Amino acid sequence: MTKVGGDIDELPGKLYIVEGCDGSGKSTQLYLLKKWLESQGYFVFFTEWNSSELLKKFTKKAKRKNLLTPTTFSLIHATDFADRYEKLMLPHLRAGHIVLADRYIYTAYARDIARGCDPEWLRNLYKFAAKPSIAFYYKAPLEISLSRILTGRDEIKYHEAGMDLGLSNDPVESFKLFQGIIKKQYDHMAKPEGFTVMDATRSIEEQQAEMRRIVARDLAGYVSPVSNAQEMRRATPEGSI
Amino acid sequence: MTNNLFYGIGLPYHKLNRKTLQGKLIVIEGADCSGRSTQVAMLKEWLEANGHAVLDTGLRRSDLVSEAIEEAKRGNTLGKKTLSLLYATDFADQLENKIVPSMKAGFIVLADRYFFTLMVRDLVRGADKEWLKELFGFALVPDQTFYLSVDPDTLLHRALIKYGHLDYWESGMDVGFSSDMFNSFTKYQTALKDKFDELDMDYGFDKIDGQRSPDEIQEYIRKKVSALLNKKAPAYRLRPD
Repeated sequence: MTKVGGDIDELPGKLYIVEGCDGSGKSTQLYLLKKWLESQGYFVFFTEWNSSELLKKFTKKAKRKNLLTPTTFSLIHATDFADRYEKLMLPHLRAGHIVLADRYIYTAYARDIARGCDPEWLRNLYKFAAKPSIAFYYKAPLEISLSRILTGRDEIKYHEAGMDLGLSNDPVESFKLFQGIIKKQYDHMAKPEGFTVMDATRSIEEQQAEMRRIVARDLAGYVSPVSNAQEMRRATPEGSI
Repeated sequence: MTNNLFYGIGLPYHKLNRKTLQGKLIVIEGADCSGRSTQVAMLKEWLEANGHAVLDTGLRRSDLVSEAIEEAKRGNTLGKKTLSLLYATDFADQLENKIVPSMKAGFIVLADRYFFTLMVRDLVRGADKEWLKELFGFALVPDQTFYLSVDPDTLLHRALIKYGHLDYWESGMDVGFSSDMFNSFTKYQTALKDKFDELDMDYGFDKIDGQRSPDEIQEYIRKKVSALLNKKAPAYRLRPD
C-alpha cells in the first residue's frame, strides 16, 4: 500500500473499504467479511464513518443547529475522518494489520460535491489518506436502495435527506433526489478511483462469496504480524483497543 | 490572475463578487504578545469615531468548534492533521458566518489573525505547504494584511511580564524542540517567525517592526487604512507567483 499524494511511504497493512448509497447493503457485506477474516485467524480492525469520539457530539450539535455551510460541513467531516485516520487506521496499517472501513473518503467526495464543494479542493483535502487496497462499491438501482432504506422508517434526518441543498421541502422527496445525486457521483468516480464494482442486486450470499474471493486473492502473500491474533484478542479486554 | 477575490477556489456555491462584498477586510497578523490586539482595539476606536461600522473577529471565536478545540487542547489527544483541520473548520465558519455577511452589509472587518497563523503553526509542525495553500483556497483575499514582526527574545520578555509564566502551546512544547519550556519557547517562536517571513514572500504582507511604540505603529496603520478607504476603485492584485 502506498500513501496517496506522491508520498512513497509503504504501509504494510491492508485496507478494505466499502462505499455505496444508503440501503445498498454494504455494511452487511463488510460485517460478513469481518466474520470470515476473523474465522481465518486474522486480526481485523473495523471502523465506520462519523464515529470519532471527540468530535461526535460537536458534529451533532452543529448539525442540529443547522449552522453548517458546504465548506464547514465538509471540513468538520474531514476533521472527524482525520481523527479516526491518525488515531486508529494509520497505526494499524503501519503495524501491518487488516483495516475494514465502512465508508471512506469517497463518501465525503460524493456528498460534498453534491453540496457544491469543488472536486479538486476535496481531493487535496483528503490527500493524507492512504489509497485502499480494495475499494468496493456496492452498486444498486436507486429504487432498490431507496425502498430498502425507506421501508419502516418514519423519520429522515435533515442532513441525511440533503435538506440543506434545497432540493425539496418534503424530506422523503429530498432524500430521493439527494441519493440520486450521490449515486451519480459514485458512478462517476468508479473508474478514475479504481472501485471494484459489486452488483448489489444479487443475493447476500452471492455477493459475499464474491467479496471473499476478491479479498482472498489480494491477501495472497500477506502474512499477519500477529500469528496468535486470537490469543492476543482474548488477553486484551474489550474496548481497550 | 482573474479571480482575485479568493486565494483559490473560494466558496463556489455563493455568488460573491466585489459588488456584493462592499465592506473591507483588514487583517493584523503576528505572534502572541506582538501587540496585535492593542492595535486592533485602537484601530476600531478610530474607525468607529469616523463613522464606520466595525466587526472585530479573531481565531477560535466561532460557536461551531471552539469548544472542541478547547477540549482537545486540554487533553492534547488530537493528531496534527486533525487539529489543523479543526482549526480550518473554525476559520471557515467565521469566514462564512461572520466575515462574509458583515462585508455584504458594508462593515469594516478587523481580523485579529487570519489563516496565515494557522498555516505557520502547521508548517512548523511539518505540514505540506501546497496542501495548506489549497486547503485555505476558500479564504477571501484581505484588502490589507499587516504583519507585526517581533523578535523572539522580546516576545519572551513580553510573555513573562504579561502572564507571569510561559504557556505550553505558545512554547510549542508539543513540537518537541526541547523538553525545557524556556528553551523551547525561543526555538518555537523563531521557527514561527521564519515561516511568517516565508509566507510574506508568497502572500505579500505589510510588514511592521513590532518593536516600535504602539502609537507609532498605530499611526502607520491608520495612514494605510485611510488610503485604503479613500481609494475609489481599489486595485486588487495578488503578487505574481
